[in-house]
Amino acid sequence: MGFDQYHEPASELPDRTRTAARLCASLTEEAEAIGWYEQRLAVESDREARAIMRDAQGEEFKHFCMALEFLLRRDPLWREIAEGILFQEGDIVEHGEEAEEEAVEEAATRGAPVAGSTSLGIGSLRDGAA
Amino acid sequence: MSHLLREFAPITEVAWGLIDEEARERLTPALAARKLVDFGGPHGWEYSATNLGRAQGLPDPPAAGLTAAQRRVLPVVELRAPFSLSRDELRDADRGAADVDLDALDDAALCMATAENRAVFHGWEAAGITGIAQASTHEPIQLGDDCERYPRHVARAVEALLSVGVAGPYGLALGPEPYTRVLETTEHGGYPLLEHLRKIVAGPLVWAPGVQGAVVVSLRGGDFLLEVGEDLSIGYDAHDDRTIQLYLVQSFTFRVATSEAALALTP
Repeated sequence: MGFDQYHEPASELPDRTRTAARLCASLTEEAEAIGWYEQRLAVESDREARAIMRDAQGEEFKHFCMALEFLLRRDPLWREIAEGILFQEGDIVEHGEEAEEEAVEEAATRGAPVAGSTSLGIGSLRDGAA
Repeated sequence: MSHLLREFAPITEVAWGLIDEEARERLTPALAARKLVDFGGPHGWEYSATNLGRAQGLPDPPAAGLTAAQRRVLPVVELRAPFSLSRDELRDADRGAADVDLDALDDAALCMATAENRAVFHGWEAAGITGIAQASTHEPIQLGDDCERYPRHVARAVEALLSVGVAGPYGLALGPEPYTRVLETTEHGGYPLLEHLRKIVAGPLVWAPGVQGAVVVSLRGGDFLLEVGEDLSIGYDAHDDRTIQLYLVQSFTFRVATSEAALALTP
């Protein structure tokens, strides 16, 4: 059995990181499945077959969203950037640039943990920093 | 694997979650300095020193005709608070017990927070840290035991800071005894003293274990810097069949950039 989601020795990774890696792998698989169904739907002319595929694709949408929500809950910086981009009207690239800049700056101000750290993540406790 | 060696501890993910959460809950109310001073980092365990941006001339360079200087840095200190937990208690945590005995962790957390506050506000000579109260260029004001005079003392402190161009808002770190007195006191007309003091400083009033008396500090930023390498973390030391030895750890240093930006109120 392969463990392709790991780029570092799994035994050296904390549980939290391994769980995140599994969910990232799931997210990729769900996105791939959504794309596959999209292609099949584009070429299938049988109405009944299309209905089944559309239903199955809906399942993949749900799985994708659940995996994404899980990951966003675990990573405040990712969540903050996502909040600046998702479900917003207007220029996506512009929102992305702004969201990244604001979120990274804020994380630095509040003393967010170093990536991969197992610290308690307390950092700064000044008002406006958290 | 990090230097904390958490993976070697015979502790389940559920119990680690409980331990970490308990530590956060106990540390957060007591970490007064982090509510008032600038925070740099965390830079990680490998971070060893803060650049002071200064150099000191060195005599006798290795060849004639040269001048030499050595950069000055402020090395971080490692603070460690060991504690021991019962394996039976942690097994009960795995069973879903809601009253797990983590008293030793609570004591270690308070000890760590007190030490951090003391270093920041009163200094730590062996570590090369000058505290805010020590560095202050203002004449200290005696706080005393009479709570009714506290607003006057704090207002005088604010005026002293304003008179040298140090803008607000300000924060007030109160040692445990004066803090309790303030909480217990209402002024004539029933107005809580706590609220009155907050209005004077236009900022937070924080419980500060480790602080002697009180300290008024400017919150404008850039005056006081707590530089953290490894932020507060819990690591694993050893275990036997009954207990697990863990520790709270952090590495940090602290420096005052503007000595006139705070004023000490002595007990």
